[in-house]
Amino acid sequence: MSLLRLQNIARRYQMGTETIHALRDVSLSIERGEYVAIMGPSGSGKSTLMNLLGCLDSPTSGEFILNGSRVSEMEDNDLAEIRNKEIGFVFQSFNLLPRSDALHNVELPLIYAGFPSGERREMAKAALDHVGLGDRMHHRPNEMSGGQRQRVAVARALVNNPSILLADEPTGNLDSRTGTEILALFEELSSKGNTIILVTHEEDVAVNARRMIRIRDGLIASDELTHKGLAATPASASSK
Amino acid sequence: MRITTELAEGIRISWSAIAANKLRAGLTTLGIVIGIVTVTLMATAITGINTAFRQSISQMGTDVLYIQKFQWGPPDQEWWTMRNRRDITISEAKAMMRQINNAVAVSIEASTGRNITFKGRTARGVWTVGNTVESAIVRGLVVKQGRFFTEGEVDGARPVCVLGADLAANLFPVESPLGQKVRIDGAPFEVIGVIDKMGTFLFGNLDNQIIIPITRYLTQVAHRPDVSIMVKVKRPEDMDEAKEELRGIARKVRHVAPGKPDDFSINQQDILIKTFNRVGGAIATLGLFITGLSLFVGGIGIMNIMFVSVAERTREIGIRKAIGAKKRTILIQFLSEAATICLCGGALAVAIAWPITLLLNTFLPTSMSLPIVGLALFTSIATGVVAGFLPAYRAACMNPVDALRNE
Ligand SMILES: Nc1ncnc2c1ncn2[C@@H]1O[C@H](COP(=O)(O)OP(=O)(O)O)[C@@H](O)[C@H]1O
Ligand SMILES: [Mg+2]
Repeated sequence: MSLLRLQNIARRYQMGTETIHALRDVSLSIERGEYVAIMGPSGSGKSTLMNLLGCLDSPTSGEFILNGSRVSEMEDNDLAEIRNKEIGFVFQSFNLLPRSDALHNVELPLIYAGFPSGERREMAKAALDHVGLGDRMHHRPNEMSGGQRQRVAVARALVNNPSILLADEPTGNLDSRTGTEILALFEELSSKGNTIILVTHEEDVAVNARRMIRIRDGLIASDELTHKGLAATPASASSK
Repeated sequence: MRITTELAEGIRISWSAIAANKLRAGLTTLGIVIGIVTVTLMATAITGINTAFRQSISQMGTDVLYIQKFQWGPPDQEWWTMRNRRDITISEAKAMMRQINNAVAVSIEASTGRNITFKGRTARGVWTVGNTVESAIVRGLVVKQGRFFTEGEVDGARPVCVLGADLAANLFPVESPLGQKVRIDGAPFEVIGVIDKMGTFLFGNLDNQIIIPITRYLTQVAHRPDVSIMVKVKRPEDMDEAKEELRGIARKVRHVAPGKPDDFSINQQDILIKTFNRVGGAIATLGLFITGLSLFVGGIGIMNIMFVSVAERTREIGIRKAIGAKKRTILIQFLSEAATICLCGGALAVAIAWPITLLLNTFLPTSMSLPIVGLALFTSIATGVVAGFLPAYRAACMNPVDALRNE
């Protein structure tokens, strides 16, 4: 069974009398352990798709099944729980809490998951260590560089062992060198078996993934393996 | 998800949010501080008045009936009708006294204010009372020094007197009052006794009185006073029966024709209690309502600042929702922020109100009791929760995608 499956998903926005078709008819499935890039020009519906995949938003029509549960019909509170347990987000603008230090930012998902304080502190420390920020635990976001902030965000996304890591333009606010560092981190996570969905409009970022889905005007334009994907697992080419 | 973890996190966030906007939080709290101070002082004053009243009333005894010209509490006749009643005379009082069977003791009393002097010292406006021997029993007087007057002294209209504790202390700061002669309107009275401290009665000081034989009172102080008769009944459980008997006797003595209304009133303690409870209750409600208004205004301030806070932190709300905060979590977070601000205000208010109640204590038996402190703090928290609810609910219902898009 696929980790997630979208079937004829549409998402429309009503702006006064005008209806905006952000996603028209999207069907796709992603397996556990895949590293997928979602590519497309600005305004094509990438973020809308990412919000749906991350259970931040619900589709106007269509069916979304995540880990066997029908997410498209869930209540707000159940969605919050799925976001907490199954999804880890990395945003273009980091989205860390400005008044909290790195450690507390990383602890936050664990607080909402109800872990006791000692345990969550250990888990958060381990996650920060993992992204190479073991010595920056008590720095606030404004005391860190962009690359460090994004690594805190990655640590926060991973601390709860989610099924999927969702990244929306994670390198968009970084210079190319720190961007490369983040991509290297993703590469490492992918090689350890994490499922990663990377949204970007930059071709040279997308090529880091194994599979690339191009969308245009709310529709899937193409869905194929990248060079890396082809090199890694030629056998899976037929199973997309 | 555990509610205690959420609450702890909510309070932690509140502190950092308040710390980040100290001045703003401080100014907002001012409204709550003022509100809680006024409500607390009002509550303290009300309980003080209550205590004072209950202390007073307990001195009266539940088993005493008062035959008087005026009725206590709400009258069943026009005040003017009562005003025009004939004074109860001493001879009527004596006639009634002879006929009463149901009594343990009967007291006849007339009183007025007089200046009392001893050598160079003057006590002004002292409550000057003419009493009989049994008055000591009916009024529950405890003689601390010396003695009360005797039957012989009343019959002989002797110029003797018994002093209240404060009056004795004022006129005789060093020497013993016993055997000394104080003057009422220039006429000398020998001090034969001093009464134990009694406290206040409805804000009048019972320890500032002088008691003389009623017979002497008639010749010296007032010739035709309006007198009261106080009857301590034998069986307090048959109060109504005793009252009926008294009524019959009084009508006969005062020659009230059958079918005419009484031209006197029979009072008892529970009328005062009922009246006090009604009037006092109404005043307390009104007072708390008016002071509550200032708390309400404070609450509006909190609501306003919480709306600002929610708007400013829309993005934070989006982030929290994205990583798994439920509606309830966000609601609790902002409610605890509002409650924390208000609780700080409440604590400050209690600290301000406390010395003021000490000041109040000089003329009311008040103290800021623990329950009032608890109530004040609880009220502040409740104000925060109520005032914060709308803003917090708005935050809780935010769509995470829109919230995250907010700059
Ligand atoms: N909340 C919204 N309300 C109205 N229109 C929206 C909203 N979110 C996105 N859109 C529209 O949907 C389309 C897709 O947007 P988006 O998914 O953000 O594109 P991308 O991330 O690929 O740049 C755009 O035309 C955008 O204007
Ligand atoms: Mg986008």
